[in-house]
This record gives sequence, C-alpha cells and structure tokens, in this order.
Amino acid sequence: MTKLSFFLGCIAPNRYPGIEISTKKVMEKLDVELEDLEGASCCPAPGVFRSFDKTTWLSMASRNVTLSEEMGNDLLTVCNGCFGSLVDANLLLKEDDALREDVNKMLSEVGHEFKGTQDVRHIIEYLFQEVGVEKVKNAVINPLDLKVAVHYGCHLVKPSKERHLGSAENPTFFDELVEATGATSVDYEDKMACCGAGGGARTAVLETTLHMATNKLDHMVAAGVDCVVNACPFCHLQLDVGQTEIKKTFGKEYGMPVLHYSQLLGLAMGFTPEELGIDLNFVENSKFIERIRGGAK
Amino acid sequence: MSDAIKTSSLSPEFRKEIFEEPGTEKITMCFNCTGCSSGCPMTELEPEFNIRKFLRMANLGMKDELLNNPYLWYCTTCYKCQERCPQGVPNVDALLKIRTIAVQNGVMLPAHKKVGQLVVKSGHAVPINDDTKEKRKALGLDEVPPTVHRFPDALSEVKKLLHIAGFDKIVAEEEEKK
Ligand code: SF4
Ligand code: SF4
Repeated sequence: MTKLSFFLGCIAPNRYPGIEISTKKVMEKLDVELEDLEGASCCPAPGVFRSFDKTTWLSMASRNVTLSEEMGNDLLTVCNGCFGSLVDANLLLKEDDALREDVNKMLSEVGHEFKGTQDVRHIIEYLFQEVGVEKVKNAVINPLDLKVAVHYGCHLVKPSKERHLGSAENPTFFDELVEATGATSVDYEDKMACCGAGGGARTAVLETTLHMATNKLDHMVAAGVDCVVNACPFCHLQLDVGQTEIKKTFGKEYGMPVLHYSQLLGLAMGFTPEELGIDLNFVENSKFIERIRGGAK
Repeated sequence: MSDAIKTSSLSPEFRKEIFEEPGTEKITMCFNCTGCSSGCPMTELEPEFNIRKFLRMANLGMKDELLNNPYLWYCTTCYKCQERCPQGVPNVDALLKIRTIAVQNGVMLPAHKKVGQLVVKSGHAVPINDDTKEKRKALGLDEVPPTVHRFPDALSEVKKLLHIAGFDKIVAEEEEKK
C-alpha cells in the first residue's frame, strides 16, 4: 500500500473538517495509506507570506516538507494554496544550493534538515496521475446523477511551468475525475476564473473579492448546475462563506452547495452526506442532501 | 491627467532590489502589449489596479509611488497574467517581490498584520475555534487536529523559526517594537 503524509494546513482542519475526514475515507478505499503529518503548521499561505518576507515563507514551508521527509513519505495536500506554497518551496530548495544552505542553517536551530528527498502532491493531480481515473471509477458504488461546476482554482495548475499538468487555460484532468463519479461536468462561462480569495486579497479587500465570487456563482447558476466541486478549502470557503457575505453585502442569495472533490467522491463511494460533513457548510444544503439521499437508495 | 515623471525622484536602487528576485529582470523586456492587464480579473473590477502599469513603474524605479500604492495589495496571485505574457515576464513573482520591499519599508495593511500575528501566536493563519471543534467531534475526529495545535513542541519550533527570520518583529504592533 502506498503511504503518504497527510498535510492538513489551516482551513480544512480548522474550518471544514468534512474535507479532512472525506479525504481519509476515500484514500483508504483507493488503497492509499495516509499518515498524519504531526506537528505541521500553516503552509504558510503563499500569497500573504511570500508578500511579507521570503525567508519566513521558506523557513516555515521547508519545515513542513522536512517533517514529511523524516517520515519517508511524499506529502499530500488537499489545498491549492498549500500546494503552491510547498511545491514551490520544495523545488526552489532542491535546485538552489545556496538557498538550501541558508534555510538549513535556520532549520538546524530547531533540529531539522531539508534534504530534498520527497515530493509534494495535490490530491487531484495525485489521483489522476498515480491512482488513475479507472481505479477511481471502479471504486464508485453509487454513481451520482449530478450536474457539477468544476472549479479548478488557480494554484493547482499555475504557474504551469512548475506544475507540468498540461494546459492551464483549458485543462481536463479534474473534469475526468469528477465524471468518474457518474456526475456530469458542465461547462460554464469563464470556468478557469479565480474565486478571489488568494494573494491576501480576501483579507485586504473582501468586498472586491466577493464581486469575483459573484461572477463565478452567476456563471454557474446560468449553466444550471446542482453544485460546485473544488480542489481547495480556501476556494471552498470563498465560495461557501462568501455566499453568506454576498447575501449580507449585496442582498443576493444563491443557496449553491459547495463540495470539495473528496466529498463528491465520498458520496459516490457510498458514504452519507453527514459522514462527509457536507451538511457542515455555512450555506444551508438540506435540499441537496435530500436529493442525494433520494438517489442513494 | 497625471503629472510628468521627474527623473530625480526615480530610484535605480529600488529597481536593482527588485531584480534580486531571479527572473524579474525580464521586466525590461516588456513591450507593453497589455496581455497581462487585459485578462486580469482584478483590473476588470478595479481599473486602478494594473499589473502592466505597476511593472512599468518598477522598471522606471518609481519606488514611493509603488510602495505606497494601496492597489499593490489587490492582486489575488491567480497567475493568469504570468501565463499569458509573451515575453516571459514573471509578473506575479515581481509583484510579490515589490510587496516584500514595501513590508521592509514598514508598509503593511492592518488586516494582514493580524494574520501574521495569528501565525506567530498559533502557527496557523486560520486557527481552530469552538464552532469547528464541535464539527470535528460530530464527524468523529479529534477535537484538536494533529498539527501544531496539538503538539506544543512543534509550535515552539515554528515560533523559533519565525523569531530567527525576524517575522515576529515585522508583524509586531508599534508599541511592542520599542
Ligand atoms: S504581457 Fe508581458 S509584455 Fe505584455 S504588457 Fe504584460 S508584461 Fe509586458
Ligand atoms: S495574478 Fe494578479 S495581476 Fe495577474 S491576472 Fe491575477 S489578479 Fe491580475
């Protein structure tokens, strides 16, 4: 059985634990063993911390990667932000000897050394490239009759030079994984658009970023989808909590269910919405949940 | 209409400082095609935010205008611009570098400082709260996740790293700095 260190980050364990438990459940069914990356911290959030101080970003990010090295596993994240932060730090330190030496001087003060022996993986690209769509399909016992708006988010595919996942403007790998659950990935306008959360923008100019989320949600509604499926707890938060903020700020109500891919796949594997924490969103999801129950027999 | 740019107010050192970030010297190869700014989702909403213009200002060394520009903090780092640039300008890397220089010069939004303080205190930018503890319990997870939240020694390591990097000082309130 393949083993990976499960890096939690901040938003999944501390706001959307449904994503954490769903990831554990679906990976077990796919014969991937997850070991908790104990003592990990914030990745740290790339847009914010790289905006503040590069050394700080690198020291914290490299410590997280080092913990995974010490366990002898590649690191798994379920978050685009953590992926961006940790992949970039890992690559940079593997390639740049001088930088690695500097960072290791800092890490030695806390008993660690970055060796560059492991890789950083994101659940979506890992499922696509290592587990494979076929195996995911074979694990489905409850094919989902759902129309889905797939939201890739930005840092899963960009910067594409470092991601090696093909086209950043028109990728298909996430859609293929969604369709493996029986659901239909419905195309919608400006599908690759940013949700607005990243780069510290949500913190700096919330209302402006809510306009971005509104644009996305409008396009999804226009395409007639049942829910949005994402690859990132921060996008998840911007699209879910964001809906409650949009209601307050602009008086607009969507009632759009927001699911992380691990939750969608969990449904298709026969877990209940409650077991996957789909009922624990900030937007009320009960109609959607009833519909799933009706379909799930 | 904007005022003429005075060459005496330009800072070649600022430009040099930006170019310390590998690849950013490619700003000089920008031929102003507007590919970056015309696709930017933030520019669509806030035309005052313009990555093309900002990098042009950087290339000219317009330090004060850039560092004190409130729109510097509007970019979501979606990388659409960087993907599109036909000249290979690393737009986002350059912008992030400019932001770090702003921070070194004491420019930081209060809301960002708060996020930094959360990390210094808890090791998480978004720490656990009671509402989520309840949700974790309902799902059969441990109330406190197995991160720095559960392991005090791990948190001490992170705090020490942040101290060595000088980050605790960067995000300290003015009174605490003295
Ligand atoms: S896309 Fe590149 S070349 Fe075109 S204006 Fe932007 S930075 Fe300059
Ligand atoms: S990365 Fe920033 S500047 Fe570039 S397109 Fe996205 S929001 Fe605009």
